[in-house]
Amino acid sequence: MGGVRVLVGTRKGAFVLSSDTKRESWEIAGPHFAGWEIYHMKGSPADPNRIYASQSTSWFGQLVQRSDDGGATWRPVGNDFRYEGVPGTHQWYDGTPHPWEFARVWHLEPALSDPDTVLAGVEDAALFRSTDGGLSWHELAGLRGHGSGSAWQPGAGGMCLHTIVLDPSDPDRVFVAISAAGVFRTDDGGETWRPMNRGLRSEGIPDSQAEVGHCVHRLARHPSRPQVLYMQKHWDVMRSDDAGESWVEVSGDLPTDFGFAIEVHAHEPETVYVVPIKSDSEHFPLEGKLRVYRSQAGGNEWEPLSKGLPQANCYVNVLRDAMAVDSLESCGVYFGTTGGQVYVSADSGDSWAPIVRDLPSVLSVEVQTLP
Amino acid sequence: MIRVVLPAHLRELAHLDREVELDVVGQATQRSVIDALEASYPVLTGTIRDPVSQRRRAFVRFFACEEDLSHAAPDAPLPDAVATGAEPLFVVGAMAGG
Repeated sequence: MGGVRVLVGTRKGAFVLSSDTKRESWEIAGPHFAGWEIYHMKGSPADPNRIYASQSTSWFGQLVQRSDDGGATWRPVGNDFRYEGVPGTHQWYDGTPHPWEFARVWHLEPALSDPDTVLAGVEDAALFRSTDGGLSWHELAGLRGHGSGSAWQPGAGGMCLHTIVLDPSDPDRVFVAISAAGVFRTDDGGETWRPMNRGLRSEGIPDSQAEVGHCVHRLARHPSRPQVLYMQKHWDVMRSDDAGESWVEVSGDLPTDFGFAIEVHAHEPETVYVVPIKSDSEHFPLEGKLRVYRSQAGGNEWEPLSKGLPQANCYVNVLRDAMAVDSLESCGVYFGTTGGQVYVSADSGDSWAPIVRDLPSVLSVEVQTLP
Repeated sequence: MIRVVLPAHLRELAHLDREVELDVVGQATQRSVIDALEASYPVLTGTIRDPVSQRRRAFVRFFACEEDLSHAAPDAPLPDAVATGAEPLFVVGAMAGG
């Protein structure tokens, strides 16, 4: 038995793609929540039948859905995301103070050991936690209360907390990333936070090496080495070997170091994947060729992976939450595109095949490796 | 008895296949009708108005008796025809986006 379950969030609903360990033949279920934006779905590492989904539209706001049977059936849980205390203001695009307003949940991160505990990263940037399976949500307000909060400014996609990285060796340590504030870390379970942006350089802000203000797009790490983090920034691929205390650029020989997604091989902590995107104004691959780049040296030296991917006239994007890996013996790598394709490589990126070609624009891809 | 017609997304969420009939306490206003709707169908809480500010969501409209009531005060009385159940209150997803 065993196999994989791929959870795909799209602009117009959720899809669940299932296969055995060969990852050649797929069952496609969905759309669930048809017509709604599904920014993210993720299963509990402690109970693969428990899955959380963020469901929203600009019309009717935010819902959180929960499945207890592996995505076959769902029920709405709590959707009251209320900032703690007086929300205050952050900076608006024009530099004026703007009240903190909840817009949507970008990312749901179930706890490693408890299916009922889940973190939610939201726009306007804040972190919420539920300990009752999503029924109620409480802000970890120390993050927004960090002294710099009033100076945070939205990125082009909104001021979103889009990345949550848990530390398997320390349940009190959590990393988050915010566009466009940067990386923050707590070592006390979310009470207090420190910015972790030393070494980042961003040309689009007045002080290119500021403590906060960087447009970090995504973080990734390997569970066996929680001190090592990889980052796809707006521009630049970065690496930290000291749990975010400092960063060095590892873009190396990438043809462009702009991008959104970044992921680490399930069994090789030095093998990293990115999808280079032409630029911040042209969100598509270089030369119309869709290529994943892999480094097997922890960065700097990158090789293009294109076998099975379109190599002409391809102008899709791969968003920050739209890449994932499974943990089968031959590591599977998955990503979804804004053109509605979901690709799989069952051989660590050497070759690719589409699982499905014509979904709505893909916002997120997560994979569950099933026993 | 107040009759409310919901947009397809919200009917689906609440597992409704037709208009809703609500008993509203006191005067029929936008606020009292939505209060009653959310009490009867908790899954709709937060979908028509923001749960914190209680403001109508920007892309939600209220129509009745061929009039747009969206910009009326939340506590303004609804038309008599709505209050008596002769006409429904339409909750509409605004035409916007794709």
